Amino acid sequence: MEDWRRGRSAFWLIGLGPTVWLVLFFLLPLTIVWLYSFAELRGVVDMEVTGTLSNYARALDPLYLEVFGKSLVFAGITTGVSLVVGFPVALAIVFATPRWRPVLLLLVILPFWTNLLIRTYALIAVLRVRGFANFTLEWFWEQSTTLLSLLGLGSYQLLGERFEPLELLYNNTAVIIGLVYVHLPFMVLPLYAALEKLDRSLIEAALDLGASQWRAFLTVVVPLSMPGIISGAILVFIPALGSFLTPDLLGGTDSQMIANVIERQFKSANDWPFGAALSFLLMYLTFAALALRAVFARNAGGL
Amino acid sequence: MTKRISTQRTFSGVSRRSFLAGTGAVAAGLTFSGKGFAAEEKVLNFYNWDTYIGETTLDDFEGETGVKVNMDLFADNDELFAKLKAGNPGYDVIVPTNDYVERMIAADMLVKLDHAKIANIKNVDPSFLNPAFDPGRVYSLPYMWGSIGIGYRKSRVKSVPDSWKVLYDSDEYAGKIALLAAPSTVLQIGCKYLGHPLNESDPAVLEKVADMLIKQKPNIKVFAEDNGQDLLLSGEVDLTMEWNGDILQVMAEDDDISYAVPKEGGLLWEDTLCIPTGAPHPENAHAFINYILDAKAGAAIADFIQYATPNAAAKALMSDEYRNNPAIFPTDDVIKNSETAIYQGTDYTQLVDRLWTKIGAA
Repeated sequence: MEDWRRGRSAFWLIGLGPTVWLVLFFLLPLTIVWLYSFAELRGVVDMEVTGTLSNYARALDPLYLEVFGKSLVFAGITTGVSLVVGFPVALAIVFATPRWRPVLLLLVILPFWTNLLIRTYALIAVLRVRGFANFTLEWFWEQSTTLLSLLGLGSYQLLGERFEPLELLYNNTAVIIGLVYVHLPFMVLPLYAALEKLDRSLIEAALDLGASQWRAFLTVVVPLSMPGIISGAILVFIPALGSFLTPDLLGGTDSQMIANVIERQFKSANDWPFGAALSFLLMYLTFAALALRAVFARNAGGL
Repeated sequence: MTKRISTQRTFSGVSRRSFLAGTGAVAAGLTFSGKGFAAEEKVLNFYNWDTYIGETTLDDFEGETGVKVNMDLFADNDELFAKLKAGNPGYDVIVPTNDYVERMIAADMLVKLDHAKIANIKNVDPSFLNPAFDPGRVYSLPYMWGSIGIGYRKSRVKSVPDSWKVLYDSDEYAGKIALLAAPSTVLQIGCKYLGHPLNESDPAVLEKVADMLIKQKPNIKVFAEDNGQDLLLSGEVDLTMEWNGDILQVMAEDDDISYAVPKEGGLLWEDTLCIPTGAPHPENAHAFINYILDAKAGAAIADFIQYATPNAAAKALMSDEYRNNPAIFPTDDVIKNSETAIYQGTDYTQLVDRLWTKIGAA
């Protein structure tokens, strides 16, 4: 391969655009928000960067830490469910025939072609009391009731007098369903990438040497796909931690996540310094999680 | 706080009538000299709520004055405020709600109106000419007004919900009620239910309201973002705190839905026409506000969007059906007991947000 030093001017020319973009539209705004987090409100619209730590002190109030905690739990459960659901999907794609593989991958990416808001509203149409999930259940209920009365058991009303729709929406389960639905592709794609590189002869060797299917999966497939599991987990956990649209639209009175609190600081509460402090706490938390992972990885003998 | 989603859909049936009314306004030939804004380019940038203007109002105004109106839409007052906070991006006329008018006056974000250029002020009902949030109407003129009350499904309630108790302090309709996801509004109406003024700022009282809501939380299905009327229509809830205009929309679709303002009184709101600081076309802006306050133009707007107009001359042109609808114009009793929210400064806003976080986290 040619050394980049030989074409130094070309290197700088190509590198200039992305660098300017990164500085202007990423680092600069981030720095401004970081400075806001050390500011005090002066009247309705003005604030002054005074270097105060009061915003962080307020953010460390147990009330807000509790909301941080709840968000971590939501994001953790979302990651776990995504892994359990996503692993078989990724395996299925890897073991599909070469003709089907691109089609299946396309199906995984397909939801990205529709706006997140539209997809969330579609989910509302599925889960609500008069939604498609309940319509389906009601159909089964009617069929079973008809069948029972044909069998002469109608008078016992074994399945209740009338169909009671399930309350599927506006609770924490709905939020988890929504979060998993939105983030699943971020789990499946890195898993697929890792599993595709897997040497299948190792699985065959394990089976030949007497391991059960399950054992081969746990002791061979899972450890070898660990890099994919970890990148998938990070790609799901971090955006799930900062979700606000999903809890807003699918959640009930108990589903407040930290990003909902942050959003309010920039809108109805009109308290940008406090919102900035909460945002940066969330970011520090994310960095801490990544650092912790690095430490564990090193201790575990390197990944 | 989106009050106006889907008016278009609901009231498309009246569009033809509105069109004729609009044409009538043009035919009437409003008196515009045109000389006053010769120096300005013939453009006006209008920042408004969605589906909150007559069907042909903007075209009619252009026909009248030659000024082309570009309309942008905002979803709630917070969006409007945030957009103008860092400097006016070029809007000439905006439509903030009363407490945000106060907020924007405090932040020096509005310019004083030149009443000499708005002759149609004479059409405004005198009771609207000296509100507490803008004494003497220095910065704002009234556009539409209404109330916040309870929208409900008639067949699912035992009686007309005449108290906020059903939403705040009772398990009678557990799991079938929704409140607005508007922190200050929910706490303010809670104050009213407990017998305090709407704008109570005593932290101890607000804490008490928050505790009541925490106790009530298991009975509340959801704090509805901007869709309480849809939840009611789809059977998700049977009672919801909402803006009257939102409930009116679904009442037009479903006979089983109605609207009531409880006996403790509710919250009255008023949307206003203002000119933001730095407006590039202030002359056109004054002409536009004057045009909207015209009797026929105002009637055409009210007919199309079905909100209560503060324009007495426009109201006189409207049908009895509109004028006597208690869901549009609250009865005198309701008005007597109801109050308008005022802007109470940063400390109050921060306290309200903290209590809202506490309610959500409890």
